[in-house]
Amino acid sequence: MSALGTVMRAGVRRRRVQTAVTGLAAMMAVTASVLGGSLLVASNAPFDHAFAQQNGAQLVVQFDSAKASADRVGATAHVAGVTATAGPFPTASVNPSGVVGMELPAGLSVPPMELVGRADAGGPVDDVSLTAGHWASGPGQLVVSADWTGPQLSVGQKVEVPAASGGTAELDVVGIARSVSATGDGWVAPDEIPALAAATSREGGSTGLQMLYRFTAASTAAQLAADRAAVAAGLPSGAVSGSRDWLDVKNSNTSSTGIFIPFLTAFGLLGVLMSVLIVGNVVAGAVGSGTRRIGVLKALGFTPGQVVRAYVGQALIPAVVGTLLGAGLGNLAAGQVLGATEQVYGTTSLTVAPSVDVAVMAGTLLMVSVTACLTALRAGRLRTVDALTVGRTPQPGRGRRAARIARALPLPRPVTMGLAQPFSRPARSMAMVIAILFGAVSVTFAYGLGTSLQRIQDAKKSNADVTVLSVAPPLPGSTGAGAAKPGSVDTTAMTAAIEAQSGTRAWFGAAQSQVTAGGTTVAVNATAFFGDASWSGRQLVSGSWFTRPGEAVVSTPFLTATGTKVGETVVLNDHGKAIPVRISGEVFVASSGAAMSVLTDARTLAAAEPDLRPQVFSIALTSGTDPIRYTDALNAALRPTGAVAQVGDGGGASQMVILLDALTGVLTLMLVVVAGLGVLNSVVLDTRERVRDLGVVKALGMTPRQTLAMVIASVSVVGVVGGVVGVPIGVVLQRIVVPAMGQSAGLRLPGEVLDVYHALPLTLLALGGLVIAVLSALLPAGWAARTRTAVALRTE
Amino acid sequence: MTGTGPVIQMDGVNRHFADGPAALRDVSLTVEAGEAVAILGPSGSGKSTLLNMVAGLDRPDSGTVTVAGVRVDRLDETGAARYRRTRIGMVFQFFNLLDDLTVLDNVVLPAEMTGVARGEARRRANGLLDTLGITKHARVYPGRLSGGERQRVAVARALMNRPPLLLADEPTGALDSASGEEVRALLRELHADGQTIVVVTHDESLAESCATRTVRIVDGRIASDVRHNVPSAVAR
Repeated sequence: MSALGTVMRAGVRRRRVQTAVTGLAAMMAVTASVLGGSLLVASNAPFDHAFAQQNGAQLVVQFDSAKASADRVGATAHVAGVTATAGPFPTASVNPSGVVGMELPAGLSVPPMELVGRADAGGPVDDVSLTAGHWASGPGQLVVSADWTGPQLSVGQKVEVPAASGGTAELDVVGIARSVSATGDGWVAPDEIPALAAATSREGGSTGLQMLYRFTAASTAAQLAADRAAVAAGLPSGAVSGSRDWLDVKNSNTSSTGIFIPFLTAFGLLGVLMSVLIVGNVVAGAVGSGTRRIGVLKALGFTPGQVVRAYVGQALIPAVVGTLLGAGLGNLAAGQVLGATEQVYGTTSLTVAPSVDVAVMAGTLLMVSVTACLTALRAGRLRTVDALTVGRTPQPGRGRRAARIARALPLPRPVTMGLAQPFSRPARSMAMVIAILFGAVSVTFAYGLGTSLQRIQDAKKSNADVTVLSVAPPLPGSTGAGAAKPGSVDTTAMTAAIEAQSGTRAWFGAAQSQVTAGGTTVAVNATAFFGDASWSGRQLVSGSWFTRPGEAVVSTPFLTATGTKVGETVVLNDHGKAIPVRISGEVFVASSGAAMSVLTDARTLAAAEPDLRPQVFSIALTSGTDPIRYTDALNAALRPTGAVAQVGDGGGASQMVILLDALTGVLTLMLVVVAGLGVLNSVVLDTRERVRDLGVVKALGMTPRQTLAMVIASVSVVGVVGGVVGVPIGVVLQRIVVPAMGQSAGLRLPGEVLDVYHALPLTLLALGGLVIAVLSALLPAGWAARTRTAVALRTE
Repeated sequence: MTGTGPVIQMDGVNRHFADGPAALRDVSLTVEAGEAVAILGPSGSGKSTLLNMVAGLDRPDSGTVTVAGVRVDRLDETGAARYRRTRIGMVFQFFNLLDDLTVLDNVVLPAEMTGVARGEARRRANGLLDTLGITKHARVYPGRLSGGERQRVAVARALMNRPPLLLADEPTGALDSASGEEVRALLRELHADGQTIVVVTHDESLAESCATRTVRIVDGRIASDVRHNVPSAVAR
């Protein structure tokens, strides 16, 4: 073996801790970068990519099978401008009565399912992606859409549907799939549809044919309208019973997922940035600490070029191993994270792009090589005699003032010695501060984001202690279609029961309606309140809650769409009647389905809808009232009306928030580990370089505990600085990203959602930097404490 | 400090390192208070290992080491550290001063670790610096001092906690002849004041000028043990 190879191998073997830290840092950096890079790629127009990947349907048309035969519908594939089609597929709208073994909360029923009969998932249009199980190939098999709004189902469960012969039949869930074009709530084998259709017709449901199209020109609403007209032209009037174009689907997807793109992008960027910093820091430190050895090599006749080659090789050996392991780990972790991201973005088949793997691995190794090269070159250029004397101890003179100040502190000497230590190596301390700073920024940002998301979730709930649904739940054995329709029950009796119930402090009812607003043709969700709803807990972005009929609070998208402002009057059109309404405030509406919202007193709409009745009652209880006992008693009183009372506001934790909390947790943990590795590396280097000094103080009588205290104290300063500087940056990042999230969804967020940092959490977060530093330093500190004094004294 | 019984009592000490011959073989040695003992021997003879045993830096495989009434071979790391603080002072060949502390701070350090009040520690340190003739360097960093001056600082630091035993490992090994002579004179003075001293060296002249007893070690065994009433060089 050449002298160069011997030196390289010896360097790797003899500096095992440093080699391990370099490999570990490269591994974590690559893992974080693969994850971060994948999130960045996944967050770049997720809908467009998924739509292209699935050959999404630009137009989904529903035909009435009674007016157009399958052959005639199929013939529309030859209409001018059509480039690809799939179908016609038979469809049936069914009302599941339940899921075997699943108890639904009181007041909830399984929503209807639009089922499509498809022989396979693939095809020239709408190439549906299976996320679990297999495609429906036989009778009684069902593939459920991952985006179905009903209860979350998994493979192996059974859905109860009306049977053609009466009673119920069971469909086995054999697969879960996702159609980016949202072409159905579920899919069955085509032969299954006639039986379902027969039962559906008996229940008053609908059946039909579905055809999926792609066109030469379909990028604007006007082009799509022309395409739709062309498809319908050759068919009898009324044959087209409905249609949905891809722009609608995209808008709906963007309004619900756009809010998360800045969040995932921010985490992705943090991961990549931090990785670059840590790898640079670790390699520079590792090579820089070998300056004296470089001096020895030069004294033996090594040229600067040979020194550089030896040290680049020495850094690359662990880095290559770490990079390969990190790529494997990153792809493994990304599989989990991207799985959650798929759910968040409503897309499919998100995988780590090979370009991300290649770029990250090549980038990491390039970064290692360049950093090692520059550091070794610097050391290699030193005069041999200088190289032999530097690198063991800090340059004399540095940090003396800090040492004097620390010494004056009324603390044990080992602690004051440790406190002064970072100032003798300012560059290394700065690298450590930056590593901790990134960790503190991540934790602060993650805390803020998690709290903001929770508050967005909370905004969907009311302050009600008890909720009464005027829609009775389906009775056992009955179908959803047989349940009472909203508002059809005796709300006067319900109101009387609620008012008479002991423990009722306040109540209000709410009814939903649809109106249009002056200046737009878009449907607006109107919520009409019966009684004082000012305590409902709705968060206002600006203005105030309405106080009289004729006033309303409206959502941000409503103001944007109508071009109005708080204080102005807008005319609502309700069932053909024009109702002028003064906008008293801007309300935060979190659910994407209710983006265009107006909330007003029921008396505002009374002229247009005199029969409007509350569908939901929200009740606040007097202090000390047990909600469960109250609910039991109220349910007894409400029994004749068919309404059901339940504790709370009936909303559970959103699946999306749970997913985002999990994503936030994983990503934060990863960033904190990378930050910790940066600190670990710096402390290892520092401890190794100070080993002789450690030997001296131990020979003078410093106990292992005092040694531990000294090393811990030495990182405390950088920990506190990193934490104190990192926390405000994390806060600023939250104040940038969270409003951007709202903006992506067309929302302005209220102060309650943004102002999540208070004194106690801020103090704890600032101390988080100290915790990261101390935890990372424990290993080298323990090593320093255990080092045998005689060995330390002999160490050069 | 005057003689009041043995300061060092080593009985049947053996020490073996994994990759070489025995460093110490059945070594028994008693050093009385007030003695100045020079341990002489060629490189690899085991003299530094013996010093490490006495300093509590290493433990024997078998045998006992008792220093100033403390069974050093039984101490754990913390116990050994406390022992080093209070019972011994150490002087090294390459001084082992902390480069980022001033001379005064280096000297004060052992007292501070023992918990001596800062004012008292400073008074004591200033007294030592005065005695050793280096008061003018109190605020200076060690890097600016000559080898002899650095070794004086190291001696001052070793004496800071008034230990019953001063151990010196090749204290003149890194010094020029003039500085070496300074250190020899210093050790003689300390001994004259009653300090018990054990010096490990391969420098015959140091042994002759400072020691009242010369112990020679060869291949891990005590080859000879000669007592003089006064250092032999002084007697001549």
